[in-house]
Amino acid sequence: MSIIAILTAAIVISVLGLAFGALLGVTDRVFRTPSNPTADALRECLPGANCGACGYPGCDGYAVAVAEGKAPVGACAVGGAPCAAKMAAIMGVDAGETVRMVATVACQGSAEHCGDKGEYQGMTDCVAASLVNGGTKLCQYACLGLGTCERACPFDAIHIDPLKKIAVVDKEKCQGCKKCVAACPQHVLSMQPADRVVTVGCHNPEKGVALKEKCDRACIACEACVKACNFDAIVMENGVPKIDYQKCVGCMACADACPTGAMEAEFESRKEAYIDPSKCVGCTLCTKQCKFDAIEGALKQTHKVLGACTGCGLCAEKCPKHAITMRDRRAPRNKMDKVKKAAAPVKAPVKTPESGK
Amino acid sequence: MNEILTILIGSIFVNNFAMSRFYGICPFLGVSKKLETAFGMGMAVTFVMAAASLVAYLVNEFLLIPFGLTYLQTIAFILVIAVLVQIVEMVIKKMSPGLYQALGVYLPLITTNCAVLGVAQLNVTEGYNLILSVVNGVASALGYTLSICLFAGIRERLALGNMPKWMEGFTGAMITAGLMAVAFNGFSGLI
Repeated sequence: MSIIAILTAAIVISVLGLAFGALLGVTDRVFRTPSNPTADALRECLPGANCGACGYPGCDGYAVAVAEGKAPVGACAVGGAPCAAKMAAIMGVDAGETVRMVATVACQGSAEHCGDKGEYQGMTDCVAASLVNGGTKLCQYACLGLGTCERACPFDAIHIDPLKKIAVVDKEKCQGCKKCVAACPQHVLSMQPADRVVTVGCHNPEKGVALKEKCDRACIACEACVKACNFDAIVMENGVPKIDYQKCVGCMACADACPTGAMEAEFESRKEAYIDPSKCVGCTLCTKQCKFDAIEGALKQTHKVLGACTGCGLCAEKCPKHAITMRDRRAPRNKMDKVKKAAAPVKAPVKTPESGK
Repeated sequence: MNEILTILIGSIFVNNFAMSRFYGICPFLGVSKKLETAFGMGMAVTFVMAAASLVAYLVNEFLLIPFGLTYLQTIAFILVIAVLVQIVEMVIKKMSPGLYQALGVYLPLITTNCAVLGVAQLNVTEGYNLILSVVNGVASALGYTLSICLFAGIRERLALGNMPKWMEGFTGAMITAGLMAVAFNGFSGLI
């Protein structure tokens, strides 16, 4: 091969490359989609998970929608509040408060609470199982526990508990992308605030005590929780209570009142009020404030917190002398046995705890 | 006409790109978990292969052969395909954002796919003219779409079935692909 052949090869390929380069350049000029600097800056703030929880096709789509003013800044579930704050700074708006929402299982129909109709030997998939005879559980609304949500989750945040055989959400890992909510054929999953302490653990719309034959954790629509709530945060909707988490203070009185345990509460994190006797001046503001009649004390005398305290924290907020702190409970109630304790929850010498004001 | 028919049947069934030539196995295994995405990939491949056959033929006929540079086919074709895919992507993005959303993810993936280079090389070695090259490009891609869609359908069913633990996921997929290739082998006496 002569030097000429080498040169020809080099020149032809170079010219080809140059021509293509020029072509690309020209095409880029002609066909460039006008990029939006605001959208690019917004895109930088987003996490890039492309999960679609915001309702737009990926982070790019959401960034463009925000830049055009079609979407609010706080819609990114994965990025959360820090992301919303950065985007708000770019857009020059107020971020507002974004509540972190996580997937929540509205069913406690584990193996011990809700029995099986029979032995299911089909495909290990909830959609397949839900098509046959109203599901495999006695309750046709129950979590089937075959892991369709687990497989849908891109963040490894939802798992089928090996003992309970129902879905359990890892609140820390959940990014709020709603993929599991869409995947669940039983509609057991929904998005609820991550910092909630009470959860409606049943979504069976049927009523009456007969339900307990299907599942002993079923909501029988007795409305005891609605009556127990001193903050008007619970309404009945489709035969199950619905909690307004804007109003809920986390006193867990509803869960105390629930006869079946359908209302789940994180009792282990429950606090109680403690009045520092050295600071209390006996103004009785707290006794008036308490919606559970859990503080006794006459004017000018040191007040005392009784066992009926639900740990709602209202008194601590109102005390003008800052004498009240919320501390871990000294004597935790026996919450596991709810059916028995619903009638007489605690030693409450003054009034019964459920009597309201 | 007869020749076109022979190429069509030959490229779709007998010499199926994925199943008997074993080209483009990476996306064949990677993008075949869902029928929907598999079909999207197949369409993108069809699009690129038809265009690549056309341009590669022109480059080979009017640039490489006159200069006696046919030994540079591989590098020239790669250049052509890469540029082509980039231009096509830009044009689609501008002209049809809907199609861009549908194909967008797959187009860059195809840039360096051996199936596309393979069809350009095959056209040259078989000595096809311009029309036959494009027909071969489209037919090969349709054959690829057929096999990847069939495979995706089977994998969707397998994912739901009660497979032994050691057969789940890629193990089962590989064995399925092998069995499919055996089945496609049955077409070999057709032409």
